[in-house]
Amino acid sequence: MPLLEIANLHVSVEGHEILKGVDLTIDTGEVHSIMGPNGSGKSTLAQVIAGHEAYEVTEGSIRFKGRDLLGMGPDERAGEGVFLAFQYPVEIPGVSTNYFLRSAVNAVREYRGQDPLDAGSFMRLVKEKAALVDMNAKLLSRAVNEGFSGGEKKRNEIFQMAMLEPTLAVLDETDSGLDIDALRIVADGVNALRGADRAFLVITHYQRLLNYIVPDHVHVLMDGRIVRSGGKDLALELEESGYGAVEPAAAG
Amino acid sequence: MTQAQATPDPAPTGDDALLESWAQSEYKYGFVTDIESESAPPGLNEDIVRFISEKKGEPDWMLQWRLKALRHWLTMTEPTWPKVDYPPINYQDIVYYSAPKQKPALGSLDEVDPKLLETYEKLGIPLEEQKMLAGVAVDAVFDSVSVATTFKETLREAGVIFCSMSEAIREHPELVRAYLGSVVPYSDNFFATLNSAVFSDGSFVYVPKGVACPMELSTYFRINAMNTGQFERTLIIADEGASVSYLEGCTAPMRDENQLHAAVVELVALDDAAIKYSTVQNWYPGDERGVGGIYNFVTKRGKAAGRRSRIAWTQVETGSAITWKYPSCVLLGDESVGEFYSVALTNRRQQADTGTKMIHIGKNTRSTIISKGISAGRGQNTYRGLVKVNKGAEHARNFTQCDSMLLGDRCGAHTFPYIEVKNRTARVEHEATTSRIGEDQLFYCNQRGLRTEDAVSMIVNGFCKEVFRELPMEFAVEAQKLLDVSLEGSVG
Repeated sequence: MPLLEIANLHVSVEGHEILKGVDLTIDTGEVHSIMGPNGSGKSTLAQVIAGHEAYEVTEGSIRFKGRDLLGMGPDERAGEGVFLAFQYPVEIPGVSTNYFLRSAVNAVREYRGQDPLDAGSFMRLVKEKAALVDMNAKLLSRAVNEGFSGGEKKRNEIFQMAMLEPTLAVLDETDSGLDIDALRIVADGVNALRGADRAFLVITHYQRLLNYIVPDHVHVLMDGRIVRSGGKDLALELEESGYGAVEPAAAG
Repeated sequence: MTQAQATPDPAPTGDDALLESWAQSEYKYGFVTDIESESAPPGLNEDIVRFISEKKGEPDWMLQWRLKALRHWLTMTEPTWPKVDYPPINYQDIVYYSAPKQKPALGSLDEVDPKLLETYEKLGIPLEEQKMLAGVAVDAVFDSVSVATTFKETLREAGVIFCSMSEAIREHPELVRAYLGSVVPYSDNFFATLNSAVFSDGSFVYVPKGVACPMELSTYFRINAMNTGQFERTLIIADEGASVSYLEGCTAPMRDENQLHAAVVELVALDDAAIKYSTVQNWYPGDERGVGGIYNFVTKRGKAAGRRSRIAWTQVETGSAITWKYPSCVLLGDESVGEFYSVALTNRRQQADTGTKMIHIGKNTRSTIISKGISAGRGQNTYRGLVKVNKGAEHARNFTQCDSMLLGDRCGAHTFPYIEVKNRTARVEHEATTSRIGEDQLFYCNQRGLRTEDAVSMIVNGFCKEVFRELPMEFAVEAQKLLDVSLEGSVG
C-alpha cells in the first residue's frame, strides 16, 4: 500500500480551478520533488494535502496510509503524520516557540496514543533536534517566528519537522529566499531525517535545492497538471532547457 | 479615533462560525446560595440612607457625608457618552442594602454561616486560614457585607490594617475621614456619587510608613440576593515608603435581571510608596441573547500624591453585561509613575467601554498604558483613554499601546484615545493595532497538530501576555484559566 495516493485531484479557489486532475503516488522511504513555474499550482497542492479550508476539492481523492485524507481536519492529518513546512511561516506574538512546540508535540503524541512528554524529556528532545538544524537555542524562548530572519524561519520549520517526526513531510519552497549556507543547513537537516519510514515531497521552483536533497522522483507541474515525471536527472534537464521546453504530451 | 466594525453577516462560515459559537460556554459561577438575608425595601431616599448608616452603626459624620452625596446625586443625570446601550435603569426598583442574616460583627471564621463558607469554597477562595498556603489575605464581601477577613493577626503584627470599610469607619475614623473622598470626591460622577450615598461595605487597607506589606491582599466580591445593587467602597492608603499588592475577584449568580454594581476604589500613595491593584472581574455576563448580567459601573482612581510614588492598575475583565470603568492615576508628586495594564474580553452580547486616565501634574511623571481588547460573538469592546499633561508637568512621558483582536465577524472594536498636552517638554506616544485572529495563524497551529480550540486559546493568551505578566503569579494562572473557560465550546 502506498503512503500517499493522489488520484484525479481537482481543486478550486474562489471558483478558479487551480489543480486540474493531479495523480501522484508516494511510497514510504521515497523523496519526490515537484517542480514547476510560478502559478502552476505547486503550493496549492501542498496546502490541500495539509488541509487548508480555503481550497475546495471538486473532484478526486487523496488517500494516506489507505485512509481518506480529505475527510480529516488539518490537526488530525498532523496527528496521522502529515507535516507541512510553510513557504511563509506564520508569527504568533506572545507565544514562545518552546511553549508552542511542546503543545504541538504533546497534541500529536496524544493523537497517536502516546503519553505526553514531561518538561525534562521535552528539553532533551529539543536539544537533540536543535543540533540537527543548527537552531539557535535563544530563538526558542522568543515568540513563534516573531522577528526571525527569513533563514531562521525556514530553519525553525525544519526544526519543528524534526520534533514532530512525521511520516510524510511536505516542504513548500523551503529554499526560497535562502542563501547558500542556509540552504545547506536546511538540506542537511532534511537529509538527516530521511529514512525508510518517512517520505518527503519537496516543492521547489529551482533545481538548486535538489543538489543537496537528491530526490528519487521528479515531477513537473504545469497549469494544474503533472506533465512529466522522471528520475533526478529530469531536474537537471529542466535547469538547462527551462520549463518552456517541457512537452505536455509527455504526461503519463 | 479609529474604529473597526465587522459588517453584520447572517451566516458566518468556516472558522468564523466556530469562533462565533464561543458564546456556548457555560458560566460556572452561576449558582445561588440559599441563605436568609436582611434587606432594605427597594428604593432610594434619605430614609434608606439613614437605615444603611444605622445598620452599620456609623458615626454622624459618616451619615452626613452620605446625605450630602444623596442630595447631590438627585441633581445629576446618568451619563450617556459611553459607547454602551442598555434600557433605562429605575433606581427606585433597586434594593440598596442586603446582608446575610446573622450578627453583623464576626469574631472568627467559626461564626461564619457554613453556607457562606461553602459558597466561597465553590468559588475557589481559600477562606479558611489553614488552607492559605499561598499567603494571601482575603476579605470577602457577600452582597453588601464584608463576611470575613483572614490573616488579620499576621497583618496586625506588621502594622498593616486590612479590614472591612464598616469596621474601619468604627475603629479608624481618623484615617477614613482624612482620605475617604480625597481621590474620588462625593460629587465626582453619577455612579460614584450614588455609591457615596449608599455604599455598603468594601475593604480598607492602611500600610504604615516604610512597611512592605508581607502578603498579597485580596477581596472577593459576590452578589447573591435578587434585585440587589452592590456598592462597595474600597480605600487603600500606602504611607511614605510603603508598598502593597492588592487583588480583587468578582462573581455573581446567573439571573435574568440585570444587577447594578457601582463601586468606588480610591488609592493614595504617599512619598516613595507603591500600590499595585489587580482585578480579575468575572461578573455574570448575561446569556447569548443578552438577557441578564451585571452592569459594572465602577470608578477607580489612584492618587500618586508624593514624590516617586507609584500606582499600577492591572485588570482582566471577562464578565459583566456592561462594563464602564476607567481606573485612573493622578500623578501629583514629582517623578511619580502610573501604569495601566488591561485585558478586556467581550463575548455574547457583552459591551465594554473601558480604559484609563493618566493625569500628569508633577514634574518628570511617567505613565504606561497597555490595553488589549478581545471581541467575540456579538461583543462590543471600546477602549477610551485620556492622557493629560498639565502646564507644570515638565518632561512628562507617556507610552500607550492599544491593541484589539476580533474573533468572528459580528463583533466590534473601537478606540477613543484622547490626548491633551499643555507642556512642550512632554513626550506622548500612542500605538494602536486591530487584528482579526488570523486564519493563517489557526491553520499553522492546526497543521502542527493543535485543535482549533487550543489554538485560539494559545493565540489569545499570547496576545494578552504583556498584561498577564503584570499579575501576581497565582492570579496570572487564574486569569489564563478564565480566558480558557470563556474559550471553551467556541469551536464546536
